Amino acid sequence: MPEKVLMKGNEAIAEAALRAGCRHYFGYPITPQTELTAYMAKKLPKMEGGVFLQAESEISAINMVYGVAGTGKRVMTSSSSPGISLKQEGISYIAGADLPAVIVNVQRGGPGLGGIQPSQSDYFQATKGGGHGDYHLIVLTPSSVQEMADLTSLAFDLADKYRCPAMLLADGTMGQMMEPVALPEEKESGIEKPWAVTGTQMKREHNIINSLYLSPEVLEKTNFERFERYAEIEKNEVRYESYMMDDADYALVAFGIAARVAKNAITAMRKEGLKVGLIRPITIWPFPKKAIREAADKVKGFVSVELSMGQMIEDVKLAEECLRPVVLCNRAGGMIPSVDQIIKVTKELAEGGKN
Amino acid sequence: MAIVFEKPKSLTSKELHYCPGCPHGIIHRLVAEAIDKLGIEGRTIGVAPVGCAVMAYDYFSCDMVEAAHGRAPAVATGIKRALPGNIVFTYQGDGDLASIGMAETVHAATRNENITIIFVNNAIYGMTGGQMAPTSLPGQVTQTSPYGRDVKVAGYPIKVCEMLSALDAPYYIERVAANNVKNVLKAKKAIEKAFRNQIEGKGFSLIEVVSACPTNWGMTPQKALEWVDNNMIPYYPLGVFKDKDQEAKA
Repeated sequence: MPEKVLMKGNEAIAEAALRAGCRHYFGYPITPQTELTAYMAKKLPKMEGGVFLQAESEISAINMVYGVAGTGKRVMTSSSSPGISLKQEGISYIAGADLPAVIVNVQRGGPGLGGIQPSQSDYFQATKGGGHGDYHLIVLTPSSVQEMADLTSLAFDLADKYRCPAMLLADGTMGQMMEPVALPEEKESGIEKPWAVTGTQMKREHNIINSLYLSPEVLEKTNFERFERYAEIEKNEVRYESYMMDDADYALVAFGIAARVAKNAITAMRKEGLKVGLIRPITIWPFPKKAIREAADKVKGFVSVELSMGQMIEDVKLAEECLRPVVLCNRAGGMIPSVDQIIKVTKELAEGGKN
Repeated sequence: MAIVFEKPKSLTSKELHYCPGCPHGIIHRLVAEAIDKLGIEGRTIGVAPVGCAVMAYDYFSCDMVEAAHGRAPAVATGIKRALPGNIVFTYQGDGDLASIGMAETVHAATRNENITIIFVNNAIYGMTGGQMAPTSLPGQVTQTSPYGRDVKVAGYPIKVCEMLSALDAPYYIERVAANNVKNVLKAKKAIEKAFRNQIEGKGFSLIEVVSACPTNWGMTPQKALEWVDNNMIPYYPLGVFKDKDQEAKA
């Protein structure tokens, strides 16, 4: 067991990225993720082949990421909600050119300039496309500083394996909180990238990194092929935590900081005799549909606990196929649902079910 | 029999899609000739723009990347930083480089990013059918300035070389033209120098090539080339705007 160190969530992401063999980082300052950028600024210039660059904008940063991803090297950028909106054009191009890259969103409240307190209101943007065109990101949602590190490391591997950009969707609380973390082992990609632009060395035909296909027949084919890969991802890469679900009459569904509050609420409710469990999606794309659907056969209802006006609840409803009531327990704009609020909403659902 | 003229090796055999009389073919050739002469094809990576040259990735036989509109200098920055031993160039038009991509252009220049930019200025958006460009001349009639570019409404054209040469960092900035033999020969020398600067690690080189768009200007190729002489070059004077080689000597 590696030794644990006390780290801020944002710094754990940065250190895990370096240990995953990422030597290229492009960023732009924005609260509440700036510690990540600062960590990279300190470390990368001292590392062999390390590149840190503060770009002129989030738009430029994501396009620098596109350039490096095209060379086949591991690369990352990070931002928070308004900055992630600016990156969407580039993310669409990265997805369209089938390039691996890791994008970190330490979410804050919105819309617009919003605020700087934690939020999960970029769920739709992260899971339903975000930019233009038919595409998905692999979206991982950490619920502890340990997972900030572990899921960052995993994001690089999944991105390389499926030639698909991966997003770490955290929130301001996760970014700012300090916890002990066992840092992941040092590693490298280990995946061959014969498609990369590295110079032909006059030994092969030229490689082209591109998302333009003027022939609709060809463009359709690239979309079909990409979605075959997405089907593989949905088959192989769904991750979630099932907490006290074995005997649960009600299921909370929550990720990130909301899942931690939900666990405390479950402990309190179980003391009162109300059997409540938690399904915590770790990947929100692909969403743990099967786990929710199977739970629907056992529980009497679901509570979607979110730091938004209710976004994940749509996926919960789709997954449970209208078998049980699904209610929302939420705060927005930088506020976090409390244990008491979760208990109140769950009890109301339970009492309503008795009528 | 001796071969006196042939296709540069770093151009593919793909047929160009450009309109009759369009100088893009000449400018592609000049870039390819420079790459051939310097023997760098195997380690060169080109970045294509959005605009008429969007499909340049099919025409150059080196590795190529197609960038989003205006973002080529940022994409090239990423590539060059990841592979400093490779040669990285962008090929961009006026809308791409001087309108939507102005921030990327200025900041790549002020970092003295060790890349080569070929900037083709034909004062119009060609690919979308002839709209006003940031470099369209005052009074110039386009689809989106049908009464002529009114500087009170649309502002004045941007002189990219003059603007960038005000920065401390960039190494080499020159404006050339591709409208007659004499100018094309000068352009060839400038483009070659811009690539050589990169090989020698000197930094940011931008060559603006004043060009023509017979189709969207509504002129014969011959008339369009004359219009470059009579209207474009007086507004966009040719010459070296910044050359740190010369500054060092002075």
